[in-house]
Amino acid sequence: MEKRGWDDFDPGVILFSFEKDKKVTDIATTEPENRPYSQSNSFSSDQASGWRVEKPIFKQDLCIDCQFCWIYCPDMSIISRDKKMVGVDYDHCKGCGICVEVCPTNPKSLLMFVEAKEEAEALAEWPEKKKEEK
Amino acid sequence: MTEKMELKSVEVWDGNLAAAHSLRQAQVDVVSAYPITPSTPIVENYAKFLANGYVEGEYMMVESEHAAMSGCIGASAAGGRVATATSSQGFALMVETLYQASGMRLPIVLHVVNRAMAAPLNVNGDHSDMYLGRDSGWIQLDSFRQQEAYDLGLMAFKIGEDHGVRLPVMVHQDGFISSHTAQNIFPLSDEVAYSFLGDHQPFNAMLDFEKPATYGAQTEENWHFEHKAQQHHDLMTKVFSKVEEVFAEYEKISGRKYRIVEDFMMEDAEVAIIAMGTTVNSARLAAKIIREKEGIKAGVVGIRLLRPFPFEQIKEVLKDVKAIGTLDRSSPNGTVGMLHNEISGVVIENEKVPAMKNYIYGLGGRDITIQMLQDIFKELDVSAKAGKRVGPIQKFINVRGPELSFLGK
Repeated sequence: MEKRGWDDFDPGVILFSFEKDKKVTDIATTEPENRPYSQSNSFSSDQASGWRVEKPIFKQDLCIDCQFCWIYCPDMSIISRDKKMVGVDYDHCKGCGICVEVCPTNPKSLLMFVEAKEEAEALAEWPEKKKEEK
Repeated sequence: MTEKMELKSVEVWDGNLAAAHSLRQAQVDVVSAYPITPSTPIVENYAKFLANGYVEGEYMMVESEHAAMSGCIGASAAGGRVATATSSQGFALMVETLYQASGMRLPIVLHVVNRAMAAPLNVNGDHSDMYLGRDSGWIQLDSFRQQEAYDLGLMAFKIGEDHGVRLPVMVHQDGFISSHTAQNIFPLSDEVAYSFLGDHQPFNAMLDFEKPATYGAQTEENWHFEHKAQQHHDLMTKVFSKVEEVFAEYEKISGRKYRIVEDFMMEDAEVAIIAMGTTVNSARLAAKIIREKEGIKAGVVGIRLLRPFPFEQIKEVLKDVKAIGTLDRSSPNGTVGMLHNEISGVVIENEKVPAMKNYIYGLGGRDITIQMLQDIFKELDVSAKAGKRVGPIQKFINVRGPELSFLGK
């Protein structure tokens, strides 16, 4: 954010979601990346992604688009379009692992890996289908 | 459509009912409250007016004073005209949220019916709660009698809600002496009172869905200082002129004149009492009597606006005084009283620095009589004639046991 003086703020420690001169009238049908988010909005800030120790990696061919991960993600960091899972928003994901926990496929379509892991490497060592124990 | 209330030109109201009528006439949208003695009837009467159709609004019963002010903060940020009332322990529980309200620049009106702080538990009036709020970033208006609780109660909305000010406002009155004692009150008609205030004009309201806003964001060492600096700047520079403007406008519709510093017989005064609350009236009577009886040139300065503190106005009023008694109705618990510190900080800027004495009085509702106030004027006169302070700096008035005094003996 640009450096501003004490006399440059609206009173009240108010942060506006959108750029000041822009109004959003059809928010429900506007994709997040097309909204005029302000610099102070959390969408524009990725500071919190640094909290992550492990990250979820997504393997598309196993996914059944059940949307469980999208529903349960506490930070809206699962990107989904037209009810199809697209991937993970690593700018905002904090690595809590809930998406992996709720994923119902076998093997899971989302798995946690250490932060430094390359995606291709992770996909190459994805586990096999587990046999259900009786 | 709300019902209009037919009021007589003179009503017999106590300070609480007077304050409640100011909330009704302001058509407050939300009162979020946890009633506490002696302020209970203010919110109770608002609820009654609401139930009987005299107000269009919402009365929120919550689980504590912390929640009461939190509810007010939410409602005010959402864009409503908001008020509540409290006292003493309840005020203390509100303190954390008072800072939230002022930091978020929400023009909430809080009626504080002043009451002592436990322990020992006590429901009677002193200024401990008022003093507790003085660094909280609110505007603090003080009434000396019931009529003023009503008048200031109306004016508080107009001052705080101004978009150049945008600060919460406390209206103080003394517990029981003002809040529970009925006097003749001259109210405005509902129409005149409401048109004086006008409709509440929301400012960056949270319920403006086209322009969503986050209130009370977290800032650390990077931005916190700038926000606090702005709030202090606005308190120091924007409030006085607005208060004066509102006082002048109110005088036109009510005939009652209010001033930021209410000086009385100060034109030629050599000795002065500085006080707040109902004691200001008692001190005025004592000053009149002592002028007639003893020829002591006594005057009284009542602090109408405690925060922001009217430094320049008080400096001017006290420029020729020889001895000053600051009357603090709150135990300073280990130093001189707040008024003593504040006034001393003012008078050292004057060419003639007067003798300063500090009187602690009236804790937990203990009476201060006209005779005691005359005695203070007499003591001050000794210092004035000597050209320096005679006797200790701080003295307790009307406390049992041997004389209790401190400092500068």
